Amino acid sequence: MRPSDDTLAGYNFAYLDEQTKRMIRRAILKAVAIPGYQVPFAGREMPLPYGWGTGGIQVTASIIGPDDTLKVIDQGADDTTNAVSIRRFFATVADVATTEKTTEATVIQTRHRIPEKPLTEDQILVYQVPIPEPLRWMEARETETRKMHALEDYGVMHVKLYEDIAHLGRIATSYDYPVKVNGRYVMAPSPIPKFDNPKMDRMPALQLFGAGREKRIYAVPPYTRVDSLDFEDHPFEVQTWDHACALCGSTESYLDEVVIDDQGGRMYVCSDTDFCGDRQAAQAQEAAE
Amino acid sequence: MYVAVKGGERAIDNAHRLLDHERRGDAAVPELSLAQIKEQMTLAVDRVMTEGSLYDRDLAALAIKQARGDLMEAIFLLRAYRTTLPRLAVSEPIDTARMTVRRRISATYKDLPGGQVLGPTFDYTHRLLDFRLAAETDAPPPEPERAEARQDETVPRVTDLLNHEGLIEHERPADAAPVGDITREPLSFPAGRDVRLQTLARGDEGWLLGLAYSTQRGYGRTHPFAGEIRMGEVAVEIVPEELGFAIDIGEVTVTECQMINQFKGSKAAPPQFTRGYGLTFGHGERKAMAMALVDRSLRAEDLGEDLVAPAQDQEFVLSHCDNVEASGFVQHLKLPHYVDFQGELVTVRTLRKDHDKRQEAADAAE
Repeated sequence: MRPSDDTLAGYNFAYLDEQTKRMIRRAILKAVAIPGYQVPFAGREMPLPYGWGTGGIQVTASIIGPDDTLKVIDQGADDTTNAVSIRRFFATVADVATTEKTTEATVIQTRHRIPEKPLTEDQILVYQVPIPEPLRWMEARETETRKMHALEDYGVMHVKLYEDIAHLGRIATSYDYPVKVNGRYVMAPSPIPKFDNPKMDRMPALQLFGAGREKRIYAVPPYTRVDSLDFEDHPFEVQTWDHACALCGSTESYLDEVVIDDQGGRMYVCSDTDFCGDRQAAQAQEAAE
Repeated sequence: MYVAVKGGERAIDNAHRLLDHERRGDAAVPELSLAQIKEQMTLAVDRVMTEGSLYDRDLAALAIKQARGDLMEAIFLLRAYRTTLPRLAVSEPIDTARMTVRRRISATYKDLPGGQVLGPTFDYTHRLLDFRLAAETDAPPPEPERAEARQDETVPRVTDLLNHEGLIEHERPADAAPVGDITREPLSFPAGRDVRLQTLARGDEGWLLGLAYSTQRGYGRTHPFAGEIRMGEVAVEIVPEELGFAIDIGEVTVTECQMINQFKGSKAAPPQFTRGYGLTFGHGERKAMAMALVDRSLRAEDLGEDLVAPAQDQEFVLSHCDNVEASGFVQHLKLPHYVDFQGELVTVRTLRKDHDKRQEAADAAE
């Protein structure tokens, strides 16, 4: 199947050539076999800039088929410019159906959020990852961090979290909060808010992580244990708000703060636009009945 | 009521239209042709081909036009196109000793076999704006006197001349292992010289220039001499399987720089001259020289030298030298981060509350 747009004539289905897709699928299989382990792969230049989702795009391009339905979100929303751009890219080069409905999607590519609605076994969640190495802020060298993972030497990470508690009374990491996968590898969940971390634990959907610039792929297979790092006396906790969503009234979803004037006025709305829209639609229907 | 930002799709379409409009500029001015870029912006084309890792003057000219003259954007366009191309064959190593030399200078010998050929260079121009060019008379510049064509004659490399005396290290692959390919294998550390050179060859000229300069100012000094810089055309040959012998498939213009570096010897190696190597497509002298200095710097570990400077640190140098990667990641900060920022807001507010409580308790205790 060839994309129809003239400027893309001559490109393969889903842009990447089949050899490259096979190479990426092999990396994915290895990643699934060793949950949380970062598998190096020969990432390609994509026609979108590095840092803008090239890893996620390559993973999606390698697993997507003509029968799939793709949803792309950025900050939880389908309508943010980069999500629009990536969704269009696949609609053009792969001619696949796209959706904004979490429940209708077979593949969901995301940046910075996990949808609020629980995902199912029939879905794959593809994360865009900027820095795949959770130890990077403590040790800049790849040669060292790979060794630390191999030896399961995660002392520095616990020290870092402990220092937060000693200095500030609590762990100050609010996103990209480190997790341990299947009791073995410490993994960067990508910059999702720690609010989303519990959703990763034993998720029925396959979770794939693509870091294009850093050329790493990693995975959390379905129903795999994902623990957020913490201490017995300082258990992991997620963000909470004193407000409800101003549009749908939800008190369970992750909220974005919107500045509405220069007098300190704020309103809070769901970051997951599909979740919020569904709730509003249900409320409107109830009101009509 | 405030409605969350919507309409990304329309905004993008309009942004693209605006961009097309800005690129074209004043419609009363004739449109720039690819031939003009190819013929008159030659060094821009050369840089885009080098860092875009694709030798194609027409496509590089197109990329420059499309990128409105932003060379990094043009490099990105070319690189993204390159990655989709099938690999039909792998060429034999080019032989720069058999180059049709258009420029060849050595800073280490006054004269040498093959001679010094100044060629087309900015070097001895006085950097005075030439207002005759502003007149756009269309008159061709006066015909230059050219060095005798040295086609089919070998011009030995300076480093080969030193080699006869055994004063410079031998250059040969460390082992029989196949040469790495950074377009097919992810970069891993420690990287061998083959992979390092490939990475430097497509690395950002500005990054390499800055690092090279740092070595000259004392951050990992390498005592370099510009043994030789040559620019000209070399033949590209492939060996088709069905033929079994090399055939010429065309020629490319390249610039090669061989730095000769003083080396007092270490536990690992005797006193001798060592080499740094730089190569670019087209005429890219500044880049080739910077690359050669950085290449030599990165050999510090192999030669048993102390690692004290950024330019000797291969993870630091190689991980950050690609401007397609760097430009993308720096600019990704433009993308929305409001989910993470919200997380930080919640955290900072909580920490502030804790802090204020502690402060109050301390004040009360006083």
